[in-house]
Amino acid sequence: MKSSRLGMGLLAALALAWGCQKKEAGEIRIGEYGSLTGNTATFGQSTHKGVLLAVEEANAAGGVLGKKITLITEDDQSKPEEARTAALKLIRQDKVIALIGEVASSRSLAAAPEAQRAKIPMISSASTNPQVTQVGDFIFRACFIDPFQGGTMARFAFEDLKVRRVAMLVDIKNDYSVGLSQFFEKTFKELGGEIIASESYSEGDIEFRAQLTKIRESKPEAIFVPGYYTEAGLIAKQARELGLAIPLLGGDGWDSTVTLEIGKEAVEGVYFSNHYASDDPSPRIQEFIAKFKKRWEGEVPDAMAVLGYDAANMLLDAIRRAGEPDPIKIRDQLAATKEFAGVTGDMMIDADRNARKPIVILKIEGGKFKFVKSLAPQ
Amino acid sequence: MEVFLQQLINGVAWGSIYALIALGYTMVYGVLKLINFAHGEVYMVGAMTGYYVARWLGVDANPSAGGLLIVLLAAMMVCAALGMLIERIAYRPLRRAPRLAPLITAIGVSLLLQNLGQIVFGADPKVAPGLLSSRVLVQAGSIAVTSLQVVIFAVSLSLCAGLTFAVHRTRMGKAMRAVSFDREAAALMGIPIDRVIAYTFALGSALAAAAGILVGLSNPKIDPLMGVMPGLKAFVAAVLGGIGSIPGAMLGGVLMGIAETMVSGYLSSTYRDAIAFVILIGVLVLRPEGLLGKPEREKV
Repeated sequence: MKSSRLGMGLLAALALAWGCQKKEAGEIRIGEYGSLTGNTATFGQSTHKGVLLAVEEANAAGGVLGKKITLITEDDQSKPEEARTAALKLIRQDKVIALIGEVASSRSLAAAPEAQRAKIPMISSASTNPQVTQVGDFIFRACFIDPFQGGTMARFAFEDLKVRRVAMLVDIKNDYSVGLSQFFEKTFKELGGEIIASESYSEGDIEFRAQLTKIRESKPEAIFVPGYYTEAGLIAKQARELGLAIPLLGGDGWDSTVTLEIGKEAVEGVYFSNHYASDDPSPRIQEFIAKFKKRWEGEVPDAMAVLGYDAANMLLDAIRRAGEPDPIKIRDQLAATKEFAGVTGDMMIDADRNARKPIVILKIEGGKFKFVKSLAPQ
Repeated sequence: MEVFLQQLINGVAWGSIYALIALGYTMVYGVLKLINFAHGEVYMVGAMTGYYVARWLGVDANPSAGGLLIVLLAAMMVCAALGMLIERIAYRPLRRAPRLAPLITAIGVSLLLQNLGQIVFGADPKVAPGLLSSRVLVQAGSIAVTSLQVVIFAVSLSLCAGLTFAVHRTRMGKAMRAVSFDREAAALMGIPIDRVIAYTFALGSALAAAAGILVGLSNPKIDPLMGVMPGLKAFVAAVLGGIGSIPGAMLGGVLMGIAETMVSGYLSSTYRDAIAFVILIGVLVLRPEGLLGKPEREKV
């Protein structure tokens, strides 16, 4: 008797919890998963600030389709397996109608199959590895892809820096890093350059002197380090200690103030490709920076924040055009995005669901990111 | 040849950090016959303490030898206290339990500290304070030795020498050796066992803290899980040198650093973490007492 009463109580509690889970009629739920903590915490935190700003603006303007946008954010601790769990939770439990996904390609790749299976459109804000959108027709991105990024850096090294012998130091367990190094190598060799050494490390490593000593032996004119910001700073520091005074080149994974904090004077004079430059004078960038600073206590947005904002707005735009919060219709509208004016440039979603948009190259000078040049997509 | 020498220098500096951590393992094992698996986390707490003390004192802004010394001492003191606390809570109540029990609590404490660290310090990596500016000290051809590498090696070596002195020339050291030799007999002779063991933990943990500060100097990225891998590898280093032997731990640590550097430098960094455990298997099969350990016969 007693146990059955307990059972009844439990059932009642469950029913109550279920009732709370049911969504309000007047809201549209959007899920976001990102690395709010862990090794690449600034990626997730910055993205979240951008996404939240976009959602708040939309709600302040009366919502989308007359409904309030509710953003539900999950932390994946910078781990691919957690990214998958977070996406599953957002889809199954929170019943979101669209997902805004990770910065890191490995984590977007871990979560994307779940979105595809559930037929929930997912936009990765900054995953540049081509495989991410190849998972399926529900997966999009708001950024350029690595063949473009790697090729641009290779061309920049060859034509602007006029180097011919380049060494690479690659994060071997990271899809983004491995992919970017391959595309860099391909273009650089086509141009007539030489990759004279290719060494590896794993995310989380702190000691790179052995690999750098080996690289030094091959006498390169530049080193391409397509990794993430924590390792980038340490690598630069240890390279300088070993007397390697040559330019270091990186990708958009370097974009974090932590690169400057760890690297200090060692990262002076490095170049990396990025999605935007905060010192770009164009009005739409400066207006966005002013807005962002006002919302987030004077913080200057990094590229991840801007991409988060663009990804969220691209999604909201698609929802508006879809006319109703239906995942399949939103997917179709996302795929039909032709001329979306984002902060990071005008973008168009191509047949492979990637954004075609310009890329910028930055240089670190005087402890700041300086705009070097901007290149349009080919 | 020059590359080899440079790799050797890199390896010795890197191994010095393993050596300091290994000393803690070896001391505790020598006295208690216990592998203190929470030792890697003590190393992490050492690095974190250094980070907060340096920020609090503001030594980060203008690096000096004095600042480094203060931070080093503060971290060592905090970790000595932590080591004694761990021993008091997790090991002392199990003094008479089978040997497996404290081993399990050691793993428990290790996991507790890792996760507590993520809550208290935050899971995102921190930039360790630049307490010492690094510059090239010796340059011979392409071989460069930086001031940082010299400092790391010198601090390790002197701490190891200090430890050897403490164990062989002081009253407490004599008591430690007595406890290590025969705990029951030592107790009968009036040696305060609990105090000696607490002292051992304090010493070992202080050395781990020093390792934490040193690693922050040369590789300035610290996070709450930084102790996991170095902890395991230092344990292998202690086994390699002969667990229970102080010079053995130092030698084992340095050899481990050299082995890792050579593997990264001549093979691939992918095999670097594997080499530690290949060494462990090799030592256990071929020479279980380690390089400098004395073979022990199980008495029936």
